Amino acid sequence: MLVPILKQGDFLIAIIQSALTDDDLLRLRDDLAEQVGRYRSRGVIVDVTVLDVMDSFAARTLRALAHMVGLRGARTVIVGIQPEVAFAMVQLGLTLGDVETALDLEEGLELLHKRTKRSASRGR
Amino acid sequence: MGDEIHVPISSDADIVIARQQGRALAERIGFTGSSLAVVATAISEVARNIIEYAKRGEIVLKGVNQGGRQGLTVMARDQGPGIPDIALAMQDGYSTAKGLGLGLPGARRLMDEFEIISKVGRGTTVTMKKWVR
Repeated sequence: MLVPILKQGDFLIAIIQSALTDDDLLRLRDDLAEQVGRYRSRGVIVDVTVLDVMDSFAARTLRALAHMVGLRGARTVIVGIQPEVAFAMVQLGLTLGDVETALDLEEGLELLHKRTKRSASRGR
Repeated sequence: MGDEIHVPISSDADIVIARQQGRALAERIGFTGSSLAVVATAISEVARNIIEYAKRGEIVLKGVNQGGRQGLTVMARDQGPGIPDIALAMQDGYSTAKGLGLGLPGARRLMDEFEIISKVGRGTTVTMKKWVR
């Protein structure tokens, strides 16, 4: 199941639509790392609202995704982790490391804008 | 509720099937809310272990009724290489593959009962149970 990736200005938004297999997640990771270059994106949002399970493989892959995208100069925000999923992650002992999260797409975009703001006074 | 659901595990797509079947059965048994995500996550972890270490195996799902309590049993079995040191495998962060090392100890934390039997060269069977609160 290919995850559609939308371009919104400087950002890429990947909205997961259904249960993903391991291979689907890996492909999403690689697609986003590639497209950040193609569109010169400065931020990536991965919307996981629809996922009813976040297991250790998914967490590991999302962290790798953020790391890869980060190496290419863009920030990642994961949005939409559902309450039950958050509960299971905590029970399991899973963290997303230093990958940022936000409640939903709206909050995620706001966070990305904040994080990727070009400051004219910097670098002088 | 006596029937068993057998899910053969030989590809990563089967992991999704196993946890969807597990979730559906859990719901029929009476689990609600976050316990559904918990059960599905535990199934995902042990199913993935089968793929990673044994290449193939099966997940067996079964509803149980004990002293008026309803519950779900998940058995993950394979005829893979087996685990030489189970105590070590049950430690957080220990992984002989690329994982986080959370699979087995994590699954144990998610479920109410957890048992693992493994013999090097013969295979591994993990049996886990969760009870409806």
